[in-house]
Amino acid sequence: MNHKTPFVLKRIMVVSLLLLLLLLITMLIGISMGSTGNGVKAVLQSLFGEGGTDSILDTIVWQIRFPRVLLAALVGATLSLGGLVFQALLRNPLAEPYILGISGGSAIGAIIGILAGLSRFPGVSFTAFLGSIATLVLLLIMSSGQSILKTHTLLLSGVMVNAFCGAIIMFLVSMTQNSRLHNIIFWLMGDLSMSDIRQVGILAATLLPCFIILFLYSHSMNLLLVGNEMAQTMGVNIRSVTTILLVTTSFMVSSTVCHCGLIGFVGLVMPHLLRLIIGSDHRVLVPACILGGGAYMVICDLLARLLPQQGEMPAGVITAMIGAPLFIYLLKRSKR
Amino acid sequence: MKKAVDIKGLNFSYSDNEILKNLSFSVPEREFFIIIGPNGSGKTTLMKIIAGILKPQKGSIQILDRPLKEYARKDLAKTIALVPQMAALDFPFTVTELVLMGRSPHLSMLGFEQEKDMEIAENAMVLTGVDHLAHRTLDQLSGGECQRVFIARAICQEPKIILLDEPTASLDLANQIKVMDLMDKLKKEIGFTVIVVSHDVNLAAMYGSHLLLLNAGIIASLGKPKDVLTRHILEDIYNCKLLVDESPVGTFPRVTLVPRSEGRGLEDGVNL
Repeated sequence: MNHKTPFVLKRIMVVSLLLLLLLLITMLIGISMGSTGNGVKAVLQSLFGEGGTDSILDTIVWQIRFPRVLLAALVGATLSLGGLVFQALLRNPLAEPYILGISGGSAIGAIIGILAGLSRFPGVSFTAFLGSIATLVLLLIMSSGQSILKTHTLLLSGVMVNAFCGAIIMFLVSMTQNSRLHNIIFWLMGDLSMSDIRQVGILAATLLPCFIILFLYSHSMNLLLVGNEMAQTMGVNIRSVTTILLVTTSFMVSSTVCHCGLIGFVGLVMPHLLRLIIGSDHRVLVPACILGGGAYMVICDLLARLLPQQGEMPAGVITAMIGAPLFIYLLKRSKR
Repeated sequence: MKKAVDIKGLNFSYSDNEILKNLSFSVPEREFFIIIGPNGSGKTTLMKIIAGILKPQKGSIQILDRPLKEYARKDLAKTIALVPQMAALDFPFTVTELVLMGRSPHLSMLGFEQEKDMEIAENAMVLTGVDHLAHRTLDQLSGGECQRVFIARAICQEPKIILLDEPTASLDLANQIKVMDLMDKLKKEIGFTVIVVSHDVNLAAMYGSHLLLLNAGIIASLGKPKDVLTRHILEDIYNCKLLVDESPVGTFPRVTLVPRSEGRGLEDGVNL
């Protein structure tokens, strides 16, 4: 044994610092690059208010790119963390909010909220939350009685819930004349472009407490992963911990869905990558997923902005193109 | 001597299905107590009740002279540790990480381990002979190694009582003996009360200081191995032909299965 001193805290610090650095670098790149090609240096000057005479650049940086990059980081953090929590709770490495249909349920709730003319916060956020809880309950009922360890039953339930949600969304969209929904298709594929700093601020304020709660329960997630019975005999109150984790995660995911629609597979990529590098201890994985997931999403969004010759594509296209093949690979591997 | 477990008038049922019927027995401290019985006799249910996982409908349970109901979750975790039947893990924790999890009842919510906890974990790994595997992940271990890692985790909990559910069920012969020898050593050296649920009547005969034979939710027999494992009782409960004699390696009974198909039966001259 090499480790004579407590090392978990140290590991959390080291991993978090490294990933924080990565996140900051990607955010800086995200802010620097765009259709008006100013260099990093000019952007840095604008960000820190030095020689700030270029008012067009100031506007672009502060009112368009900064909120957008911040939103991307928040969404990536939330979805990665959401994937991590669902994977631990369901003891299924393929679980993810989008695949399970939780995101789809939130989207139905959000659309109903928009159609009812509610404001984005708190009205639409609340209906989206109700939508996510409803799909979660549906999913748990569908897979109850069977072992949730059975990967394929759960996934099939999720796929069906997702397909059903998709149909309802299209039904609602087709039936309405509401002009607010005219670019719904774009939103459905994950759109980060409609971000203003106030909305992003509110989102950040609702997400941060969720991150903290989930970190506090990270060790309980470790114990749950080893098995419910063993966790219980080590002092974990299974029912209350499970409820807190599920509700917090659903709330968090639904909040991001009503800001930027359905972005899939993010919760698959980061948790798997990070688990490969830093192991299975959730006390390290939770902060790592928040920071690393943020960085990943910033990069995906940047690609979505830069790749098209004109305009841009929804960020969900990029995440699905990276995530779906990974999902297929993992599914193939799990069949062994 | 204190009783580790004292059960009176215990009843348990899943909806309409009565699993345990009016059980009363006690387990003295520092005992190697083995619960045997046919499939579906209620062995595992009984173990889960003692572990505090299932709540019985009727009856009183005392753990170390204190009612089970009065234990807070973490207090119970410091008194009883459970080694459940082996399950596959899709998430590869390292051996050290898993063993350290046993410290959680003694730690705060985030379970940050201090140096003392690391030492306890190391000792547990040395005791169970898995210290050389400390940095391996669980999916790289064999069944026997894995079982000993889970036992190390239970030791780390520093309980008074260790419960094991079918600890030898999926192990080969050498590992069966290794695990049972280990539990015997822990009983003698650390003074644990060991309660094991097992299918294997011969292992039970070798290691148990007392056996509880459960059949259809009631106690069929309770006592020393030589009194519980008699041909008459076993044939009656398992409903098959058996031969019971004294083991050639010690003063405990040996149970031999007798095949029923023709030509594989007893040779002439062997008298049952």
